[in-house]
Amino acid sequence: MREVVAKRVTDTVKKLCIEANTNLSDDVVEALNKALAKEESPNGREILRQLINNAKIAWRDKLAICQDCGLAFVFIELGQEVQLIGGDLTEAVNEGVSRGYNEGYLRKSVTADPLKRVNTNDNTPAVINLKLVPGEEIKIGVLTKGGGAENCSAVKMFKPTSSQQEISDFIVETAVQAGPNACPPMIVGIGIGGSFDQAPALAKKALLRRVGTHHSSSDIAKWEKELLERINASGIGPMGLGGSTTVLAVNIVKGPCHISSLPVAVNIECHAHRYKEAVI
Amino acid sequence: MAKKIAKKKKPLKARTIKLVPPLSDKAVAALKAGDRVLICGKIYAARDSAHKIFGKQPPFEPEGAILYYASPTPARKGFAIGSIGPTTATRMDPFTPDLLKVGVKITIGKGRRSDAVKKAMKKHNAAYLVVPGGAAAALSKHVRRSTVLAYPDLGPEAVLELDVMNFPAIVAIDSKGNDLFEEGRKTYEK
Repeated sequence: MREVVAKRVTDTVKKLCIEANTNLSDDVVEALNKALAKEESPNGREILRQLINNAKIAWRDKLAICQDCGLAFVFIELGQEVQLIGGDLTEAVNEGVSRGYNEGYLRKSVTADPLKRVNTNDNTPAVINLKLVPGEEIKIGVLTKGGGAENCSAVKMFKPTSSQQEISDFIVETAVQAGPNACPPMIVGIGIGGSFDQAPALAKKALLRRVGTHHSSSDIAKWEKELLERINASGIGPMGLGGSTTVLAVNIVKGPCHISSLPVAVNIECHAHRYKEAVI
Repeated sequence: MAKKIAKKKKPLKARTIKLVPPLSDKAVAALKAGDRVLICGKIYAARDSAHKIFGKQPPFEPEGAILYYASPTPARKGFAIGSIGPTTATRMDPFTPDLLKVGVKITIGKGRRSDAVKKAMKKHNAAYLVVPGGAAAALSKHVRRSTVLAYPDLGPEAVLELDVMNFPAIVAIDSKGNDLFEEGRKTYEK
C-alpha cells in the first residue's frame, strides 16, 4: 500500500480549478486558431479573434476565461493500492474546490437547493466521478463547465433497431437547437449506450478527449467527422451570428447496454472548454 | 469559397457606432442588425434571481437604460472588476417585455430571444446586442467602475451599476425586427 495524505488531494484539486479557469488548454487554443484561418464570416472572424485575445489576457492577468467558472466535475481514478490518510476523499475534493474558487477569484455558481436557490458561496459541492483502478497512483481531472451550454444538452432513448441516421439527426438537431445559446463554436460530447443515467456520463467523458484527436475505431472516427461537417454546414457560426465554425469537435464514447435499449446523450460544451489533469 | 457565398447573399456590412446612455429613441431606431457598437457610460448588470425579484420595477432609472445580463467573478486587488461576459439572454425573456415598456432601450447578452421579446422590441423601439460569451477577461478591461446597486445578498447575482468605456457589442436584433441570428445563418448555411 502507498499512503497519500488527503491534503495532497485538496491541494491538487485547488490548483486544477484555478489552472482550468485561467489557462485555456493548448488544444482548444489551436482549434480556435485553425477555425479563424478557415472562418468565412467577418463577424465570425472578429469573435474568434476576441476569444483568442481573451485567453491571452486571462492567462496574463490570472483572470477567469469566462465569468461562469462552472460547476466543478472532478474525475478521480484511484489506484486500489492507495490508502488515503488524514481525511475523507469527498471532503478533501470539496475543500480543494472551495479553496480554488476563493483563492483564484473565481465565481461561485452553485446553489444548495435547486428550488430555494441559495448560493453555497464556495462553489461546492463538486460532482465527483470515482473509478477504482489497479496501481498506486491517483489521477485527478477537473472539468469546470458553464451552465449555459450544459442547459442545451439532451438525452433520448432510441429503439435498439434505430438506424445510425436517426441517431445522427438527433445529435445534429440538439446541436443546432443549442445554437447561439451554447456559446458556439461548441464541443459536442456524445454518449451512446449504457443506461438512462450512464449515457450522459459517457457523453461527459467524451468531452474529456483532447480537441483535434479522433476516436480509436475508424468507423466511429468517420461518423464523428460526418457529424462535425453537418453541424458546421448549419451556418450558425461563432456566437450564432452566422459562419462556418459552429463546432470545434464532436467526440463519441460508446458503452454496453441492455438488449431493449439504445440510449443516446448529447452533452453540449462551449468553446471555453476548461479541463486539466494531474497525477499524485 | 467565401466569394461564392458572398455572391449568393451579401453578408451584412459592419459599421461602428458609439452609444452613450441614457439613449434617445432616435439613437436606438438608427441601430441595424450587424452594426458594431462601442458603449460609454453607465449600464446595469442583472440576471435571473434579480429579475425574479424586481419584475417590472428595476432598481435603476429605466428610461433609456442599457441592461447587461451578466454577473462577474470577484475582482482581484487593483482591478475594477473581475471577468464579466454575458449570460444567456433567453432565460430573461419572460421579464423583458415589461422592462422595455418602462423604458429600457437595450439589452445585452448571448443567445436567441423569443418572438414575444422581438415583438415588444418593435413596439417599444428597443434593440438586443450580443457580446462574445467566454470573452469575459477581455470585456473586464472596458469596465472602469462597478458598484452594487441592489440585492447584495444574491452574491454574484446582485444588480450592478457599471461605468464602461468603449464596451464592444454587436447589434443582433434591431428595433425593426431584423435578426442577425437568422440572417447570418441563412448567409452561411450550406
